[in-house]
Amino acid sequence: MSAVAADVVVVGAGPAGIAAAVRATEARRRVVVLDEAPNVGGQIWRHRSVATLGADARTWVDRLSRTNADVRRGVAVVDVIVGGETGDITVVAERHLGGVDVIRASALVIATGARERFVPFPGWTLPGVTGIGGAQALLKQGATFRAKRVVIAGTGPLILPVAASLTDAGARVVLVAEQAPFQAVRDFALSLLTQPETLLQAALYRLAFLRTPYAMGTWVTAASGTDQLTGITVANARTTWSLPCDFLCTGYGLVPNVDMARFVGCATADGAVVVDERQATSVPRVFAAGEVTGIGGVGLAVTEGEIAGAAAAGVARVDPSLVRRRQGLRLVARRMERAFTLRQELRSLARDDTIICRCEDVRRAAIASFADSRQAKLYARAGMGACQGRVCGPALELLFGWQPGTVRLPLEPARLSTLSTAALAGAATSDAVHTGGP
Amino acid sequence: MAQPSGGAVTISADGRSVRVQAGVTVAAALLDLGTPAFRRSVSGEPRAPLCGMGTCYECRVTIDGVAHRRACLVTVADGMHVTTADGAEKASA
Repeated sequence: MSAVAADVVVVGAGPAGIAAAVRATEARRRVVVLDEAPNVGGQIWRHRSVATLGADARTWVDRLSRTNADVRRGVAVVDVIVGGETGDITVVAERHLGGVDVIRASALVIATGARERFVPFPGWTLPGVTGIGGAQALLKQGATFRAKRVVIAGTGPLILPVAASLTDAGARVVLVAEQAPFQAVRDFALSLLTQPETLLQAALYRLAFLRTPYAMGTWVTAASGTDQLTGITVANARTTWSLPCDFLCTGYGLVPNVDMARFVGCATADGAVVVDERQATSVPRVFAAGEVTGIGGVGLAVTEGEIAGAAAAGVARVDPSLVRRRQGLRLVARRMERAFTLRQELRSLARDDTIICRCEDVRRAAIASFADSRQAKLYARAGMGACQGRVCGPALELLFGWQPGTVRLPLEPARLSTLSTAALAGAATSDAVHTGGP
Repeated sequence: MAQPSGGAVTISADGRSVRVQAGVTVAAALLDLGTPAFRRSVSGEPRAPLCGMGTCYECRVTIDGVAHRRACLVTVADGMHVTTADGAEKASA
């Protein structure tokens, strides 16, 4: 076990976490940054070599590497203890291939980002079905999709860069389907006229996969294959049709990763952590920045991270230019959310025998009669498995309107030796309180 | 920083010695090797990476004897032993 003391501990090394760490070190604070991935950057700035990054990303990754922040990659946070009178924060993290880190700090910045929302449909558990961001992540991790027949189907602006990069990588992208109707996408694009650089970027992505149809108001209703995906069925308002493919990349927007924040007692609204002007949560000394406070994209994440890092370091003044930028970007985010509202048809794709909880293989019929996600978990094990409801939770909300249940320890599945270390760390903080979620 | 792409390392995948690109994740390496199932679900279905970012736990494999490691979060290393669910069955058969 390795124990370390810091002023600020940042969980998540994506754009928000990097910006927070940079700002906090500029205020001469000792900073520890924790991330699950092998490298910093989060999802959007994921890279194996810094040389492949865009200018903004490279600038921030370089800035972080020039600080004296203690950046620990390949660790999963399993417990966070917010102390009593001293207010100290203890974070317990497990290294993927062995070892436990215990960090004590006076402030915590939660920059845990977001994950993809998956909508269950027949066949979605087949190998060959990945997320849209999931395919992008695997591509950046080094998987080759060369000559594979790929369909990308889901919703939101993430579709464009992923279609472009898979095409660049030599995949045969045969169809790109956006569930939102043409009018909604057009209106959103028109609303971006005030930000020509964003529109230009979107147009460049589209040019990269120009030979592939980009169908609006179109969605996947089923995937087929025995032990591997071989084809899909697609629908629009008028008709349905089938086509063969090797990979289906599908995702329906992003969901903030609020588990850690909810666990320490931070207030949430509409599935996102509530923060004030200084990115402070409802829990003293706990700040949040980036997608965890609401889906808003990389620019907003960096801006919030800068504000949160300074605030967590005790800087009283909030930079007014950052506040203005945050305000503008939040408006764009709200327009985007409206444009890519999920259509009703997606709620009824899952049949009685369609698996909803992939960890425990719980099918729709086994839970449809329950009243809430707590009952579905207690009586049918939905959300009881390794992912702890992170995949099926948003699906249960979409299908049945159920809110996620209480967040329980450990925050990620952990070895028993890690849990005993976590218990000792908790006991050492004698007046510690495990506040727990609502 | 992760190793820049270019070099290669040798890993053991289900007992088979294979050269893979340095710096890639175990998930990327196994996908490119055409691995049919990373894990078997509780009812025996084959599963492979879904989220690619450590959330879904579908890519769980045994790495250097440690079970339930998320293949998408671990970079390949020379001499690493990776076992999928089906590979473990083969080994014990």
